Amino acid sequence: MLGKKKLEPSGVDTTAMATTEPEKEQPWQELGLKQDEYAEIKNILGRRPTSSELAMYSVMWSEHCSYKSSKIYLRQFGEKVTPEMKKYLMVGMGENAGVVDIGEGLAVTFKVESHNHPSYIEPFQGAATGVGGIVRDILSMGARPIAVMDQLRFGAPTNPDTARVVHGVVDGISFYGNCLGLPNIGGETVFDSVYQGNPLVNALSIGSMKHEDLQLAKASNPGDLVILFGARTGADGIGGVSVLASETFESTGPTKRPAVQVGDPFAEKVLIECCLELFNSGVVAGIQDLGGAGISCATSELASNGGKGMRVQLKNVLLRDESLTPEEILMSESQERMCAVVPKKKLKEFEKIVQKWEVEYSVLGDVIDEDRLYIKWGHEEIVNVPPRTVAHDGPIYERPVKLPKYQKALNKDSSSGLARAKNASELASQLMELIATPNQADKSWITAQYDKYVGGNTALSMPDDSGMIRVSEESGLGVALATDANGKYSYLNPYEGARLALAEAYRNVAVTGALPRAVTNCLNFGSPENPEVMWQFKEATAGLADACLELGIPVTGGNVSFYNQSGDIAIYPTPVVGVLGVIDDVARRIPSGWQDDGNNIYLLGETFDELDGSAWAKDLHDHLGGQPPKLDLAKEKLLAELLHGASIQGLIESAHDLSEGGLGIAVLEASLRFNVGARIWLGDILDRDQIDQTAALFSESQSRVLVTVGREDDVKFQALCEARGVPCLRIGVTDSTSGLVEIKDVADLKLEDIRTSWSGVMSELFG
Amino acid sequence: MKIGVITYPGTLDDRDAQRAIRLAGGTPVPLWHADDDLKKVDAVVLPGGFSYGDYLRCGAIAAQAPATKEVIRLAGQGLPVLGICNGFQILVESHLLPGGLIRNEKQHFVCKDQKLRVENNQTSWTNMFEKDEEILIPLKNGEGGYIASDETLKMLEDENLITFRYLDGNPNGSLNDIAGLTNKRGNVVGLMPHPEHAVEPGFGPDTKTAMRSGIDGLKFFQSVLQQVVNA
Repeated sequence: MLGKKKLEPSGVDTTAMATTEPEKEQPWQELGLKQDEYAEIKNILGRRPTSSELAMYSVMWSEHCSYKSSKIYLRQFGEKVTPEMKKYLMVGMGENAGVVDIGEGLAVTFKVESHNHPSYIEPFQGAATGVGGIVRDILSMGARPIAVMDQLRFGAPTNPDTARVVHGVVDGISFYGNCLGLPNIGGETVFDSVYQGNPLVNALSIGSMKHEDLQLAKASNPGDLVILFGARTGADGIGGVSVLASETFESTGPTKRPAVQVGDPFAEKVLIECCLELFNSGVVAGIQDLGGAGISCATSELASNGGKGMRVQLKNVLLRDESLTPEEILMSESQERMCAVVPKKKLKEFEKIVQKWEVEYSVLGDVIDEDRLYIKWGHEEIVNVPPRTVAHDGPIYERPVKLPKYQKALNKDSSSGLARAKNASELASQLMELIATPNQADKSWITAQYDKYVGGNTALSMPDDSGMIRVSEESGLGVALATDANGKYSYLNPYEGARLALAEAYRNVAVTGALPRAVTNCLNFGSPENPEVMWQFKEATAGLADACLELGIPVTGGNVSFYNQSGDIAIYPTPVVGVLGVIDDVARRIPSGWQDDGNNIYLLGETFDELDGSAWAKDLHDHLGGQPPKLDLAKEKLLAELLHGASIQGLIESAHDLSEGGLGIAVLEASLRFNVGARIWLGDILDRDQIDQTAALFSESQSRVLVTVGREDDVKFQALCEARGVPCLRIGVTDSTSGLVEIKDVADLKLEDIRTSWSGVMSELFG
Repeated sequence: MKIGVITYPGTLDDRDAQRAIRLAGGTPVPLWHADDDLKKVDAVVLPGGFSYGDYLRCGAIAAQAPATKEVIRLAGQGLPVLGICNGFQILVESHLLPGGLIRNEKQHFVCKDQKLRVENNQTSWTNMFEKDEEILIPLKNGEGGYIASDETLKMLEDENLITFRYLDGNPNGSLNDIAGLTNKRGNVVGLMPHPEHAVEPGFGPDTKTAMRSGIDGLKFFQSVLQQVVNA
């Protein structure tokens, strides 16, 4: 050695410069921070942040990562619970995804997340990386991902831009999910012009594991190594969370396309197998996926969760683009990356496994016993912060709330004045018209682009009411999953709308014979800076938390997506609620359609004249007003218990829930499922419930299910309903030979005609 | 009876193929793409998926893998080989079967229950079927359009090498409705549809009698087991 070489400054903003040049102008506003937030950062650090620190705080304190506007309301999901509700909850909210015990030493983890904004800007990549992101969340809990679902809301089907979004989103989900080898087992597709500039793309994934395989995102042992592995870091998705998901779209201004991430499902598939082998070999002490806010998030959260600190050398990050600045590296949302905490003595074993899968990795640094995250760029220190202030102690807002100006008038404007069918033929043509509306029509144009078979464990998928996956091949133990959200109901009454979403998902799980056990949610709303939107959010979260408490099933995690708003137009509040059910043997599952001839058809539950917010009012009369249907959760629970009991005794041949479109649509769907017709009479419903034919066919009264029962089980089934106090009315008989759905006093509809109107809609619209 | 199932990076249906072999009564042996040791198996399945992300061309990179090279060598000596979907693409890229597979005619990935006619029941993988038997198994692919030169098509037709044809509509624009092929010896079979997804009641395609009860795929695996036993 000839003596110490003098280290030249690289020109990046260092912590030393932050002290020597305190007055430097910083682009905090452009990065989405508010003035008081910038002041708070200076207060925490006792100096101005470096440009790298500013980058980290700006992404981590963004609405998307910090939940700063929603946090005070989300707490209810943890508070409105009983000890009984927590019985099966192994990991609750706050982790990458909740974990639920399903028995036999097995657990599942599931979560739904939004990728709305990127999917509007670049539908294909936006939707694809939405799937990729949620799957990594599931993986990072130690689980093998076993299925995906998607919840989609598009603009008016006839608007030319809708086709662009629909094609891109469906292709993106198909491309990414299929390449990962994850069966797509269900979801929702809804069209409404309110989503025109703000389509919703929510993606759900579920994974399974043994109890002991649970992994957590924390760095708690000083000396352990911090390793970044998977894809290289590039310039894609820089500032995605702060730029895209945390402000509204303006029609002018530069394009935000570069802020959308680009996905490579092959890299992710390899990463999944690699991670599962790493977990199996016990070489990983903590793991975190890289999603929103990239390395900023992974390093600060791992350290904060473990109550420790970290030293990181940012020059060790493997780059796709050597020209990236340290700030960009910290903010990049390049996909298919994971961050592991690995004990030093396990490094060799770690390297062997990642090399087997040909996955690239680099050691970024180590865990230290100090409440500090130090990040260096070569020899210069560019970050020196308490990790908790970045990851968890972000700002919390109690934003103003205000009852929307339009709300009273909206609720007063009931559907009672709408013209009802004057005769049987008008009624029949309304039913035929409704089944051919894009919202009720066959969605197989979409679902046929998704692999539902891979894995060999799919017991139910679209168009059945829930998806169902076998978890144990030995015992047949499995899980059912359904998600629902009726934006119209939530717009009319956000508190009730959220309860109704939960009730429908709960019912959809119950009709398969599974017992509902846990809840996830993705809360899609407009701008939190609008007090009227914030009121909707406040109401919806209260409604959901109260309803979960009443049904006795806990929220295990979820996601909030704000700023789904273009100009002054916010979307309907759309709280997507997912319910997970457990079934001891998937062989017992109940189909949603009719298969046999001569089975009795029963309507469970009562029908009221409830057409406000219905598909009949909106899609046939272009009317939305009044109050959504009433919901009595005690009845819902009773119904679920009845279905479970009847399924265990093998009394039910099919069960289909009544929701949008009411009994009329449910009857047609149950017929179309296996092409078996029926003879239906409405007379007894009219008499018992004192309603007219329009209400009987189209009312969206809750807690109703259509079931079929073999004649030999008839007496037993009726006795069971009576014993449980569930209203039960025989309204028809299945008929596999007539090729007709005969609705007495209304019409004889040919199954072939129904199928033609129902199945051609999507391909006609989208090709 | 040992049947190997090769896993390439990006392979998806390997565990399904292993399950199918087990349900048919065989012993599945996992094989790794980078390993040219086929562990003395009696037959090999190249399962579906997106090996190497379908980069370059579907199956093109996998065709160069050490395990595939060994499959090509042993196929020449009569080892029964079944290529399903991406496995079919690999067989075509390996020149064990002629022609090529291109993007579906309608440009979309398609997943549906597909009716097929068994055109040739004299292969290692179809000997349990009746000639002209109609079967129902899932189909799921993005690049399943079979193409070949007129000359090759004529040869395939003349020599009865077309093993399966699509019925009730051609889902991907394949020439001559070709769903699957065999070689002249009858030990190598490739097809786009997925027999391994129709082997277990409750998890296969819907049939007239019950939901998801179709198990027509099982006979593929029973066929090879029977042949190996008789050999």
